[in-house]
Amino acid sequence: MTNTKIVSPKQDILYMVILSAVVLTMPIWLQPFGAAYPDLMQKFMIFGIFAIGYNILFGLTGYLSFGHAAFLGVGSYTAVWSFKLLSMNVIPALIFGTVLSGLFALAIGFVSLRRSGIYFSILTLAFAQMSYNLAYSVLTPITNGETGLQLTQGDARILDRAAGIQADASLPTPNLFGIEGIGYSGFYICAALMLISFFIYLRIFRSPFGLKLRAIKSNQSRMGYTGYNTRPYLMTAFVISGMYAGLAGSLLAVTDPLAGAERMQWTASGEIVLITILGGVGTLIGPLLGAGVIKYFENILSAFNDTVLVNAFSFLPDWLANGVASVLGLFVGDGWHLTLGLVFMLIVIFLPGGIMEGINRLWRLVSNRSSSSAEDKEKEQPSTKEA
Amino acid sequence: MDAIFLQILNGLDKGGAYALIALGLTLVFGTLGVVNFAHGAIFMMGAFCAVTLEKILTLSLRVKDESVTFFDAYKETPYLEVWFGDTGTAIIDWSVPLSIILAIPVMLLIGIVMERSLIRYFYKRPHADQILVTFGLAIVMQELIKAFFGANPIPQGAPDIVAGSAAIGAVFGLGEAVVYPWWRLIYLAFSLVTIGLVFSFLHFTTYGMVVRAGMADRETVELLGINIERRFTIVFGMAAVVAGLAGVMYTPVLPPDYHLGMDFLVLSFVVVVVGGMGSLPGAVLAGFLLGILQSFSSMTEVKDIFPGIDQVIIYLVAVVILLTRPRGLMGRRGVMES
Amino acid sequence: MSEYILDVTDVDKNFGGLRALSDINLRVKEGTVHAIIGPNGAGKSTLLNVIVGRLAPNRGRVLLGDEVLTGKQPHEINQLGVARVFQTPEIFPDLSLLQNVMIPAFAKRDGEFKMGFLKSLFAENEIREQAEHLLEDVGLIDHQDQIASSMSRGDKRRLELAMCLGQRPKLFLLDEPTAGMSRHDTNRTIELLQRIKERGMTKVIIEHDMHVVFSLADRISVLAQGAIIAEGTPEEVRNDPRVKEAYLGGEAV
Repeated sequence: MTNTKIVSPKQDILYMVILSAVVLTMPIWLQPFGAAYPDLMQKFMIFGIFAIGYNILFGLTGYLSFGHAAFLGVGSYTAVWSFKLLSMNVIPALIFGTVLSGLFALAIGFVSLRRSGIYFSILTLAFAQMSYNLAYSVLTPITNGETGLQLTQGDARILDRAAGIQADASLPTPNLFGIEGIGYSGFYICAALMLISFFIYLRIFRSPFGLKLRAIKSNQSRMGYTGYNTRPYLMTAFVISGMYAGLAGSLLAVTDPLAGAERMQWTASGEIVLITILGGVGTLIGPLLGAGVIKYFENILSAFNDTVLVNAFSFLPDWLANGVASVLGLFVGDGWHLTLGLVFMLIVIFLPGGIMEGINRLWRLVSNRSSSSAEDKEKEQPSTKEA
Repeated sequence: MDAIFLQILNGLDKGGAYALIALGLTLVFGTLGVVNFAHGAIFMMGAFCAVTLEKILTLSLRVKDESVTFFDAYKETPYLEVWFGDTGTAIIDWSVPLSIILAIPVMLLIGIVMERSLIRYFYKRPHADQILVTFGLAIVMQELIKAFFGANPIPQGAPDIVAGSAAIGAVFGLGEAVVYPWWRLIYLAFSLVTIGLVFSFLHFTTYGMVVRAGMADRETVELLGINIERRFTIVFGMAAVVAGLAGVMYTPVLPPDYHLGMDFLVLSFVVVVVGGMGSLPGAVLAGFLLGILQSFSSMTEVKDIFPGIDQVIIYLVAVVILLTRPRGLMGRRGVMES
Repeated sequence: MSEYILDVTDVDKNFGGLRALSDINLRVKEGTVHAIIGPNGAGKSTLLNVIVGRLAPNRGRVLLGDEVLTGKQPHEINQLGVARVFQTPEIFPDLSLLQNVMIPAFAKRDGEFKMGFLKSLFAENEIREQAEHLLEDVGLIDHQDQIASSMSRGDKRRLELAMCLGQRPKLFLLDEPTAGMSRHDTNRTIELLQRIKERGMTKVIIEHDMHVVFSLADRISVLAQGAIIAEGTPEEVRNDPRVKEAYLGGEAV
């Protein structure tokens, strides 16, 4: 598997080319799935960035943070402030959002990384909850509390005004030198950033640094007796993943310039853990898959309602259709989180390696069948169970 | 002085709830070695036992309202009232305390089923996996509750006889103005009694002693030929009952809704960590302590000095404790340390 | 520069009321093999734990050459040139054998922290070759891409040996390197250790297997109940009546 072999950079370039092709043609091949509209595809990209960043921490070092939503929130607030004060151009917003989240991660990591295991999880959770509660209360001047931070007609936008860009009657939209942050152009902005993020992540994955992070996950105390000071390694990974979250948060603000505190709530942190696990912790492409799958089904399932269901089962006798619809109704629409919880449990119980492990198992099954004698199969069986 | 006294009382009943949840969490962690993120959801299930019973008791008959003569009007009268008159009304009035009778077997069942069908497969898995699977379970439980009971809080009343406030100021020689709701006093007493029962069970019964021995050294106990696993199932059931009852009794204080569990879970985990992972007295102590601290920090005088302190105090304490005393107030060495 | 590479002076270590080590004095000359023997619970592993910084002594001090080790973190002590194999192999179970051996080599070259997260592992030819050499030395080269957790216990031990050797430590601590190995594997390990001895690496070795001890050690210290009761050449120790009494139970070896 990819994780135990040392891969040449050339192979990685091929990897990047394929991935870019797949991502950039999404508006075409997602059509049959009914997912080819920009809003949703932007979500795929943004949560993909969030997830690969989270994977740098959780996947590589094994440190389970339950507070990553805080960085997402900081990124969003910063980006909106950048829109309000400086310019509707996305570049300063993204830069400030990412850097500020990085600094925030530096402060939180400095404290939280003094502990490991569940204590680390609780510390990050505590910090995220503090941020969330403060955003709702004393920090209201910065966050605008429950209403959420939004653009107004009277915002300063110093740079824009200096450049002579006048706001017309409607609220301005975030843009990249005139290219709008929403719609298909918005998707391509997000896609480009996602690909850049992924490339950096790939390099980290393939570097001695990444190998050391994985060694920390594998056996941290051995790292100490091998001469490594693990704290700065963990710190770097934590800050990088915080910056990824910040970038994702700022991009959320680009697609919809409104930042609310609920983005920082711990359920939001839980969601990113879920995405990463579903895709495959510590794998390269897994987090992207996880983000895609979850956001896709969230979108599909939460759009269902009882009427749709009853119509779908209209071929059945009435009483049966209603019965089926009301049972299924638990799992779709507002009940989508129930499905999510169930899927999550099933994954952790039966497929701790997520979708990627599932694919690997299938692959082994197929390649076994085509090439194997009975002896091979006997060997394979126990090892699949172990994995 | 009066204000301070009142704040301590205010903190104590909330602290009681924290302590009860944290007690169960610690018990489960100490015996089974499982970090249970669904424990808050169990607390919520308890609260909804009370809601369910109230719903059942108030199943109503639609009768014509004779007092309205201008047009036909109907009013709903619970069957209990129709059949038993005043006795029926009294039963409805007492629905929350009565729920305890319902909640004990229900919560025990929930606990045992949960342990046998899910948790036991996770004894040997890493803590991270335990956290994740129970987190998933918690989501499932809360969404089920939401599907059946809706998203809005459902207020529950305490029995009329204790609906008012106790003039405890007079009792303690403080101002007449110091009053305190009866129900919250009851809650405090209830939590103390429950804590007492759990501790006496663990300390004075052979059964409990074996469980405690299992907490300290599982292997040796197993070598003695004791089926520790079955005892652990019972312990899990017990923790569920304690959390469930805490939930039942808390309904008149705070109308339960589906995310009640998550709200309390985060706080209770902080409580457990502050008390020291695996220490039962630590969990209780930290529960009350944090409850009181929280109530002090919501005083206007305090908030004027440190704005927003009431929002973050518990977490702040957790951070400070974890950094200065990694094992919490009363934690044992080596628990959950890599 | 003192003539001793390792100098342990007056070390005490208590666990609660229990005295695990009392008044330990141990000096090891550069380039020699020093064995520590003693019954179970005598404090041998505790002593190693004090040397590598896992435990802080209650009294006394440990020197490596002229450097004070006492009070330093394990990673600092390793960077000064102390490597250790553990009683139960401490490896990186989720990584391949080759990666397992590369990691200590990076520590030796780059120190306790190096950022460089955009550099490719693929370009690290030197480290890789070195790691391959080491795996060849311990006879594991054929399994270099296998995941470490899938290896047998004996192979894990040899892997750990290779990991430590890659750091070319000034002082190499071995905690029962042949425990649980077959006679065949034990002999191979002895042979390997003898080869390293020729390269002049100082070793402190804890061992129960007297065959191993007498075929490798230049000097032997005998530890019983937390104190050193005898020290000398293998010949001296073999003939020491106190040792026979305390450890060998009167039997001739």
